This record gives sequence, C-alpha cells and structure tokens, in this order.
Amino acid sequence: MGSVIVAKDLVKKFDEFVAVDRIAFAIEEGECFGFLGPNGAGKSTTMKMIHCASPITSGQLSVLGMDVKERPRDIKNLIGVAPQDNNLDPDFTVHKNLTVYARYFNIDAKVAKKRADDLLEFMQLTEKRDVNVENISGGMKRRLIIARALMNEPKVLILDEPTTGLDPQARHLIWERIRELRRKGVTVLLTTHYMDEAEKLCERLVIMDKGKIVIEGRPADLIRDVIGSEVVEMDEPTDEMEAFVRSKGWDHERTIDRLLIYAACCDDIVLIMKERFGLVTTTIRKATLEDVFLKLTGRKLIE
Amino acid sequence: MNPIENLSLRSISVWKRNRDVFFRTWKTNFVPSFLEPVLYLLAMGMGFGVLISEDLRLHDIFVSYIEFLAPGLVAISIMYGAFFECTYGSFVRMHYQKTFDAMIATPLSIEDVIVGEILWGATKSFLNATIVLIVISLFGLTNLPGLIFVPFIAFLGGLMFASIAMLFTSITPNMDSFNWPFFLLITPMFLFSGTFFPMYVLPEWGQLIALALPLTHCSVLVRDLCFNYFDLADVGALIYIAMLTVVAFFASIHLMKKRLIN
Ligand SMILES: Nc1ncnc2c1ncn2[C@@H]1O[C@H](COP(=O)(O)OP(=O)(O)O)[C@@H](O)[C@H]1O
Ligand SMILES: [Mg+2]
Repeated sequence: MGSVIVAKDLVKKFDEFVAVDRIAFAIEEGECFGFLGPNGAGKSTTMKMIHCASPITSGQLSVLGMDVKERPRDIKNLIGVAPQDNNLDPDFTVHKNLTVYARYFNIDAKVAKKRADDLLEFMQLTEKRDVNVENISGGMKRRLIIARALMNEPKVLILDEPTTGLDPQARHLIWERIRELRRKGVTVLLTTHYMDEAEKLCERLVIMDKGKIVIEGRPADLIRDVIGSEVVEMDEPTDEMEAFVRSKGWDHERTIDRLLIYAACCDDIVLIMKERFGLVTTTIRKATLEDVFLKLTGRKLIE
Repeated sequence: MNPIENLSLRSISVWKRNRDVFFRTWKTNFVPSFLEPVLYLLAMGMGFGVLISEDLRLHDIFVSYIEFLAPGLVAISIMYGAFFECTYGSFVRMHYQKTFDAMIATPLSIEDVIVGEILWGATKSFLNATIVLIVISLFGLTNLPGLIFVPFIAFLGGLMFASIAMLFTSITPNMDSFNWPFFLLITPMFLFSGTFFPMYVLPEWGQLIALALPLTHCSVLVRDLCFNYFDLADVGALIYIAMLTVVAFFASIHLMKKRLIN
C-alpha cells in the first residue's frame, strides 16, 4: 500500500502570519489519519491545502500521486470534503442539496438521484429527504455534509471536525459510518479536538500546535511513550508534595487543583504518598490521549 | 499567464444551480418583473405622456412619447436584471451562504463559478427583458421582425452588466456598500441613457457623457430594433458592449480570485 497524501516542508502563510509551519506527513491508503490540536493550530488550513482550496506557500504536497499545484481539478474530483463550517445550500431541500452538488462533478442525473437516496439512508436522513435544509437540526446538517462529501464516491474523505457540537447519539452514528467507510477502503482524514474520538477512530494521528506537528504516532504508542500506562491524580496538592514527587524523579504535572503523576505502574506511588502525607484523595486511572494532548500543548486556555 | 486557463464547461452547473433556485420560486420572481413595466407604461406613458403633445424625432421618423418610452423600459430591465443578480445575489451566495466555498471544493474552479454567475446574470436580463418586450408588444409598441433580435441584445447587454456588477462584488466590503454603484452609476444611467427622453435634448457635453454610459448603447440598440432600424451607430453600440464586457469580465475574474483565494 502506498502513501495517498504526502507533505514535505509544507508551509502556509497569511501575509506574515505563519499558520502552518514546515510540517511533513505521509498518509497511507485506507487508514484513518487524525489531525489533533487546539483551535488555531492550523488543522483546517492543512485540510484546505489538501483539497486545493488554499494554495500552499512553500514545500511539497501531493494527493493521490498528483501535485496540488498542478492538478487541482483531478484531485478535487477524487476526494470528498466535509468542511468545518456548514455550507449547505439553504435554497434547496436535503435531497436536492446532494443532486445539485453531484452536478458539479458532472455525475449523471439518474445516478446522482439514486446515490443521493442511498446516502440519505446511510446517514439516516431519509425521513428528511424533502425538507428544506434550513429546517433540519444541527446534527442532521453535519450528517448531510458528510453524505454530500460522499456523492462522488471519493477515494479520500476529509472530515474537518465532523462531530463538534453534536449530541452523543449523532456522534456515535457518525463514528460507525466512518468505520464502515474505512472497511470499504476509503482513506479518511479527520480533524477533531475530541480525544476519545481520535483514540477510537484513528490508526495514526498527529498533534499540531501553533502550526507545527508536535508528535506523530499510533494513539496507544503515544500514550505509552509520552505518559505511561496509568495516571495517579491527587486532590489538593501542596508544594511539599510536589517537591517530594520531583525528588523521586516521577514524571508529573501540577494543575490548579490537582497533582498528576504519570507512571507505568502506580500501586507503589499511591502507597508511598499515603505513607508520607497521610490521607490524600487519590484516583488511579488509565492514561488517555487527552493526557498526551494536554501535556504536549499545555493547559492554558487557547482563545 | 492565461487568465482563463482554468475555465471549463462545468460553469454550466453553476448556472443550473441558480436556475433551479429561480424556478423554485418563479411566481414571486416573475410577477414583479411583469407588472413593473406595465406600471411604468401606465404612469409615464399614459399619464406623463399626455402632457407631451409634441412627437419625438427618431432617425427619420416621428414617434409619440409612449412609443419612444417603451423600448427604453426594455433596456432598463436588461440593466437591472443582471446588475441586481450579480451584486446582491452573488454577494449573498459568496459571503453569507458560502455557496462559492462549497463549489470550489468540487472540480469547479473559481473561474467556473464566476462565469456561471455571470451567465446566470445575463440570463436574468434575458428573461426580464423578454417579459417587458412581450408586454410592450401587446400594447402594439414594437415592430416585426426587429423585435425578434431584442432578446439576443438583452443577453449580450446582460453579460456586460453582469461583468460590471461582478467587479463591484469582488471589491465590496459589505452589502450596504452596493448603495454606491447604484447611486453613482445605475440610477444616473436609468435616468439619462436615452431611456425616458431622447438624448438630443441634452446639451452637447451631456450627450457625450451619455454616450459613455453602458445603458445608452443598450437603449439605442433596443429602440432601433423595435422600429426595424439598424445603422452604423448600432454596430458601434455592439462593439462598445463587446469591449466593455471583455474588460469587465477579465477584471472581475482577476479581482475575484484575489478575494477568494487565500
Ligand atoms: N484566511 C485567513 N487569513 C488569515 N489568517 C487565517 C486565515 N485562515 C486561518 N487563519 C489563521 O490561521 C491559524 C490556523 O487556523 P486554522 O487552520 O483554522 O486552525 P484550526 O483549524 O486548527 O483551528 C489561525 O490563527 C487562524 O486565525
Ligand atoms: Mg479548524
């Protein structure tokens, strides 16, 4: 299996502002590849460069073996895009949104009609087939955007924050569908800031911050390498406790109301801490991708 | 660099999208454009016109005021059809509905989208002008066979006004700013382009200014055709329309790309 999307030294500048800063990645055919990162990290900008909506400033970017600068039309013909911001056509019904979109791909009207019905079924929107898109819920709009991205039967599917703001039912439906598409061999690019989503869906992912790729790998490997297998959380930490943990050489982090100790195995740590400081409220839990994310991109709120 | 190397026949699918929206609500779209010229014809022609006892000179014949006015109403509908569509209409699709963003994620290029919009704007001119033409023909104010060519002129003139409108759309910071081209360009043309009175009543400098205005050339062509007349001045008008269309078209494509690609 070859690489479907390859980026080398990829840079995107808006005037002087560097939104994507010399990133490199290679996405394999048929995998689900995640782009994680706080708001403003450069995820959407990267997606836009891949689907040729935004010209690259420098570096190299090829999609399905074609250079984005040379063959944008051919690339766009083969990929499906579900953008972060809804841009459904408010003048049309749910079904008409799909068929009008298919026309931009020169898809035969009969084929488009049938495919639209199949995809509405697939995304559980059949009931809303003839309703104007203005009158369906936010979750349905997201599902329709994904259905629309599938109208040209793409080899590569770009999903920019597909589940942001959705209720759990809608999220689970979308996850199921993404897995189903994966089984059919579609390469999926997913941006998200839900860590559980990335952990569940992505074979591999990158974490971006301020335009750079901070780390790349498989979710399980990243958790093991960056955090360990478990996390001990202690409420109401004191400076004394933190100093002690540091003196022990344990990998740790202090937040406003908690002390987190990252470890491969935790029983000893809890015991030692209890012996030393008496009754401290502790929780032991499995390390997650969220721990990796917060450790690498910082805990400060990003506006 | 070839400015239209990214242009393709796919722009027709953009035109079709706008057509589908239009015909979804065709009743609300057609009725005003049908009734408006009737109102003008009644108010200006029959009301105002009776005060004008003198006949107006047109080439080597003399015509009544209402006969003079009627083709002017066709010309006005050419201008408004495309200009409204490619200013307010296109801006709403581009800025508020993000329709252009959705389109350029498909194999459509920005050039395809802009050309589709301009073709649709010209189609609106064609439709509106044809309706007005039918109305004034029912009043017996046109002549065969000349009137048959008027819808064709409407489409050409529509291309010109759509391209000019797209130029403003490519640089306008917001919707309210369209008040400026409407106030500074469209309304003066509406009034002074040989639409409501013949240009020969203007002082010489006024005639020169009027000759520079795009609508003047549309109203000259439409009126001459409605009276089965065609001479070198009409050829000149066609050349003017063609040249301004080409210039405005390339300029609007250039500026639209600048606005949309980032
Ligand atoms: N068209 C643009 N012009 C100027 N700056 C932009 C533009 N698009 C995005 N940016 C900036 O680039 C950075 C990355 O944005 P984006 O890729 O949307 O981030 P993400 O999707 O990771 O939240 C942000 O700081 C954003 O403000
Ligand atoms: Mg984004």
